[in-house]
Formats: sequence, C-alpha cells, structure tokens
Amino acid sequence: MADAAIHGHDHHDERSFFTRWFMSTNHKDIGILYLIVSALVGFVSVAFTVYMRLELMDPGVQYMCMEGARFVADASATCTPNGHLWNVLITAHGILMMFFVVIPALFGGFGNYFMPLQIGAPDMAFPRMNNLSFWLYVAGTTLAVCSVLAPGGNDQLGSGVGWVLYPPLSTNEGGFSMDLAIFAVHVSGASSILGAINMITTFLNMRAPGMTLFKVPLFSWSIFVTSWLILLSLPVLAGAITMLLMDRNFGFTFFDAAGGGDPILYQHILWFFGHPEVYIIILPGFGIISHVIATFARKPVFGYLPMVWAIIAIGALGFVVWAHHMYTVGMSLSQQSYFMLATMVIAVPTGVKVFSWIATMWGGSVEFKTPMLWAFGFLFLFTVGGVTGIVLSQAAVDRYYHDTYYVVAHFHYVMSLGAVFAIFAGIYFYLPKMSGRMYPEWAGKLHFWAMFIGANLTFFPQHFLGRQGMPRRYIDYPDAFAYWNEWSSIGAFLSFASFIFFIGVIVWTLVWGRESRAANPWNEYADTLEWTLPSPPPEHTFEQLPKQEDWDKAPSH
Amino acid sequence: MANAKNHDFHILAPSIWPLLGAVGGFAMLFGAVLWMQAITPYLFLAGLALVLYVMFAWWSEVVHESHIGDHTPVVRIGLRYGFILFIMSEVMFFAAWFWSFFKHALYPMDEYAGSEYIAPEFFQVDAFHLPLINTLLLLLSGCAVTWAHHALVHENNRRDLINGLAIGIFFGILFTALQAFEYYELLVHHDWTFGGDEFFSNFFMATGFHGFHVIIGTIFLTICLIRAIKGHFTPERHVGFEAAAWYWHFVDVVWLFLFFAVYIWGL
Repeated sequence: MADAAIHGHDHHDERSFFTRWFMSTNHKDIGILYLIVSALVGFVSVAFTVYMRLELMDPGVQYMCMEGARFVADASATCTPNGHLWNVLITAHGILMMFFVVIPALFGGFGNYFMPLQIGAPDMAFPRMNNLSFWLYVAGTTLAVCSVLAPGGNDQLGSGVGWVLYPPLSTNEGGFSMDLAIFAVHVSGASSILGAINMITTFLNMRAPGMTLFKVPLFSWSIFVTSWLILLSLPVLAGAITMLLMDRNFGFTFFDAAGGGDPILYQHILWFFGHPEVYIIILPGFGIISHVIATFARKPVFGYLPMVWAIIAIGALGFVVWAHHMYTVGMSLSQQSYFMLATMVIAVPTGVKVFSWIATMWGGSVEFKTPMLWAFGFLFLFTVGGVTGIVLSQAAVDRYYHDTYYVVAHFHYVMSLGAVFAIFAGIYFYLPKMSGRMYPEWAGKLHFWAMFIGANLTFFPQHFLGRQGMPRRYIDYPDAFAYWNEWSSIGAFLSFASFIFFIGVIVWTLVWGRESRAANPWNEYADTLEWTLPSPPPEHTFEQLPKQEDWDKAPSH
Repeated sequence: MANAKNHDFHILAPSIWPLLGAVGGFAMLFGAVLWMQAITPYLFLAGLALVLYVMFAWWSEVVHESHIGDHTPVVRIGLRYGFILFIMSEVMFFAAWFWSFFKHALYPMDEYAGSEYIAPEFFQVDAFHLPLINTLLLLLSGCAVTWAHHALVHENNRRDLINGLAIGIFFGILFTALQAFEYYELLVHHDWTFGGDEFFSNFFMATGFHGFHVIIGTIFLTICLIRAIKGHFTPERHVGFEAAAWYWHFVDVVWLFLFFAVYIWGL
C-alpha cells in the first residue's frame, strides 16, 4: 500500500491521446498496446483457420476455388481447387501466431505490464526503446499482412511455403511476397531482441531493495528466462532467413544443391531457433499459471525454488534438442538417439512444474473463479500436449507420426491450448487490475467452457486422424477421414464463437463493467507487488520504491 | 511528495522517435523489396534516410540526457548491461554464418552419395598476405582504443584519449579500405563471383557482415572521438566510449575467428 498512500486516486493525467499512446515511454501503456494489437492480429489469424476448417469440414474442395474464394458452397458452380490459397492461409496462420500474436501478448503485453510491477521497478530500464520494440512489432505485422496481399507464387497473391520457410520451396516461390515475409520476421525479431535486452536489464538492475534473485515472483522469473531464449535464438533465425533472402535475390547458394548448398542446413539453423521458440511461447504462460493457481488455491506456490530451477532448466535444455523436429531428414542413428534422449529429459523439469502446481492445489481451498478455470484448463491441456510430445520424441515412433495430424494435434495442445489458455487466464486475472473494472463472472465462465469444449473438439480428433495416417498441410483428403474432420471443424466454429464472445465480454467490461477499485480484488494469496497498487495503477508507479515488508511474505525462501 | 521521483532510475518523457524509427524501418524494408524487384530504389532510400535521422536525433537526446544528470550510477550500470546483451545477440547472429561455413567446410556436398555437385576450382587467397595485414591492423586498432581507454580512466589524459581514438579509427578505416581492395581484386581479377557457389556465399556473407560491423564500429568510435574532443568523457562517466570499445573488441574477435577459420583453414 506504500505507493497507494502516496498517490491517492486524484492523479490527473495530462497527456494527450497521441502523446499517451503513440509516443509512450510507459511500460503499462505499452503493455496494453501490445495486448490490443496482438488481439487484433490473433483475430485475423484465427479467422484464417476458421476458413480452413470450413474447407476441411467435408471431403472435396467447396470453398477455395480458382474461380474465386467462396463462403457459401455452391454445388451448381464448378470449383477448381486453389491449393495456393490454402497454402497461403496456412503459412500466414503460422507466421502470425508464432511471431505476432503469442509472443507479443505474453512477453510484450503481460511481461511489459507486470514484470516491472512485480519487482517493484518504476518502469523498464529503457522506456523509450520499449516503445521502439512495440512499433517495430507493428511494422513487422504490417509487413506480414502486406506479404499475404503481395504478388507471390503460382501467379497468385501471397506465399504458400509453410511458416518454417523451408528451401527450396521458399527460395523458388515467385513474386516478392516471400521477401516481405522474410523482412516481417526480421523486424519482429529485432523487436523481440530489443524487448529481451530491456527485460533482462530491468530484471537484473531494478529489483526492489532486498529482492534477491530467488525472491523474485515466478512470473518475473519466467519473463527473465524467456528473454534469454529470445536474445540467444532469434539472431540465429535472422541469420537463416537472411541467407534465404540472399539465395532468393542475389544468386547465393547456401541452400541450393546445384551450387553446393544444403537445404537441410536451413532446417538445422531454423530449428535451433524454432525449438527455443516454443519455450519462449510457453514459459511466460507457466509464470502466469503459477500465480493464478496459488491465488485461487489460497496457498503459496508449492516448491518455489524447484519451480525457478525448472524454468531455467527448460530454457537451457530447449537449446540442445532442435533436431527432434527433423528425424526423417536422414540423420545418423547416434544423432537421432541423442536428440531423442535430450528431448525426453525436458519432461523432467516440466514434470516438476506440473506436479508442483498440483501440489499447490493439494489441501488448498480451491475457488473456481474464471482465471482458475483457465488455469485448470491449461493444466489439463498442456499435460495432454506434453504427453503426446513424449510420444513424438521417439525417433522410431516419429517415423509414423511425422507430418501427420498427430503432430498438428500435439503442438496445438501445447500452444493453442496451453499458451492461449494461459493468456486468457492472465487476462481475466489481471483485467480488474489493468482496467479497474470487473468482468461478469458468468460471462468469463461461459467463455471458458465454450472454448474448452470447442478447442478439445477441434484438436482431440486430430490425434485419431493422425494415427489413421492423414498428412498435414493438405486442402483435401480421402473420404475415409471425413468423420473426425467434420467434428474437428464443428469444434473450430465453437472456439471461434467463443473468441467473438470474449471480445464482447472485454468491450462490455471496459465500458459498462462493475467498478472494481480495490487494490486486490482476489485474496491475500495474490501477494505480489502489483496487488498493492490502486486499480488501475496511476501513470507512474513506485516513485517511492517499495519496502521489503510490502512484498516479502515468505522470507524463508 | 505526490508525483515526485524518489529513486535513481531514469523515467523518460514521451518521445516521437520510436514511432518515426519504426515507420522509417518499414519504409526501408518495403523499399528494399521493391528495389530488389527493380521497381524503385527511392522508397528504400527515403526509409534509410529517416532511420538514420532518427538514430542521430535519438542518440543526441541520450547524450543530452547524460549532460543534465539523468544517467545516475544505477542507470549507467543498466546501459552497460544493455550493451553487453546487444553484443551477445550479435554473437549469435554471427553463429549462423559460422554454422553454415563450418557445415560446408566439414561436410561438403560433393562427398554426399549421389551428389552431382563438383566443387569449382578457384583462386586461393594467401592468408598470410593481405588478410594477415588486416588482422594486424584490427589488433593494433584495438590496442590503440585500449590505450585511449586507459588514458581516460587512469590518467584522465584527454590528449592521449584523443590520440588513441584517432589512431584506432585510422586503422579501422584502413582495414575497410584493404577489405574493399581485396573484394575488388578477387571479383575483378581472380574470377571470384558474388554468390553462385556455397564457398563464395559463405565467404561474402561472413566477411561482408563483419565488414559492415567494422564500418558501424568505426562510426561509433568517430562519434566518441568528437565527444572526446568536446570533453564529454570523465574517468567516471563514459558509458558511450566504453560501449564503443567493447563493440570494437567484439568486431576484433569475430575477425580472428574469420581469419583462422575462413582464410587460414578454409582457403
């Protein structure tokens, strides 16, 4: 409360709209900007997938026709399948979700807003560079959208090469859509790297007096480790796609076998980034979930220290397992054995986290408020995705599952259902803090159940499809796969409906929602520093640095 | 006490530079695509101009903020952390080029079963002629910068600081000139091609990216020289100079790896 006492609620904000939102040097405003833009991009990216699921609902191609894309099937008109459109949508979905939705929401949004608050810092270490990160993210998003609309391969618009941009497909794709996509990833990478530098410096240099490293709240720890992954892996990706750019435009032959290049090399370099990337996506989610579960189980999180070390271990191991994405490219057996073992080792720290969450709830008085429902959903779905991950980590088993819908189901369970559920948990958990208004509890719960059922209905049958041998990335399939595809599409429509409902809930809450000005709307187990501030927090927080008794609830750590 | 800052951290006023910089970056990259498609170079150039202007204006502001005392000791520690982290990310950028170079050097494609690729014969550079001279130039340049650093920190000797920096910059420019000369000789007189084979791709990507960093480092040191002449640095307060020196040593070390791996071992 130290800070609230200084500020009161009468602080008057004199900044103009343009100054506040376009020239911001305020970590809370920038965090909100990140959340809004990532929600918009997320909507576009989800809309793409709904259209794809519509096409996959029945065998045959009814909607994505060369004669023009349709939203209503028309049996009387001829329809020549437009595979390029399909490929473009799948590519855009992947690139947008990976680089422009989940990282900006979790790392840029929640990381920016709450990491400085949790460690009692008045702002980020480099507040102006923080805004550069945000605007570069917007610039990258714009380039990515331009890429979808620019002349591409097959004399159509957009690039249909998959988000991984493997050569030779990506080097041979016509037009300049591919080049725009490459630059979009460059800019988003620069944005993330600057953000990571900012976060690490803030974490190391600006913690409240007395807050030693192993007293830092778990969400801030997760942002810190994520920052290291970004800092060390994204430049390698930048190198890989720069090589693609040179191959495409300047006659270089890094990946062109005719010039002594090696397309498999690209896969190695890409996945050296790509695997840490999946932990970049999920680690901040881990942090949010820890706080939500501790709060609504009314118990301090079980095993704080192992939880921190588990995050660090996952981050470190994430760098040495990349080739498990490419078991089928012809690596030697010893290489495959190594990557298989290293991959399975990651299950250990991840297990530490999952069991610690369960142990936190064990004997607690669990309260099923909306954020807790999302945390429960996360726990269940992430564990399912983790278990299928262990299945896929076996090089021998992967021979059968590689590039099937089983893989699609696996990574959507950990990312679409793991990371995204963590985002929603965070939004409902922190919405009263950020806006000073409380969402209607029934609406949050309805959103959860619709999304939980919808997402499971979408992705669980894809395990069956994968086991039946349905390959991923195709616009059409034989009749034998029709049954589960139909269910999967129905699930996707339900999830989409829940997403639209969610947008409505947020708008309703922000405009008409019940005022919730309490510093802490939950209970005393939401005991990190952000809950000592007024809701919403004033423009400047912690102008008087917090004292140790404000936050140090468990000095025995 | 309301709204009074009671800590040593740096709280900044709102700034237009991030937005303008991102607009410039967007125009530059979109323009680069248009230029590569031979449509127009002008959007790229306009974007580049805006980016350079923003860099100049932004960093001028940082220097100004340092003069009015915003850079307290704890802020200076943060600035150092930030710059070290930036260099670490650059190291990982170079890791990509070295990865590609070592892969092709250790496992060339013509040894793969069924490969029809035949590595071309091309003119071999003698690592102990021009490249060795370049190595010595960069190392001497690094020594000169360290001399300047010591003159500043231990003796507060501005004349030696300026001399050391000037010598360091001179050797840096000489390195770039010799590197350009080497490129010219190889491409024009010795039938090397810009791309077209994996070795040329790796060679020009790695040395070119390094050369670009040498130019950036030279500009960085030149700014420091101007600031040293203006008397901006004191033995306690010289984060900008320290960062430039670190950057320069980083560029040095990368060159040593290039020299041993690409020139001595690879050629």
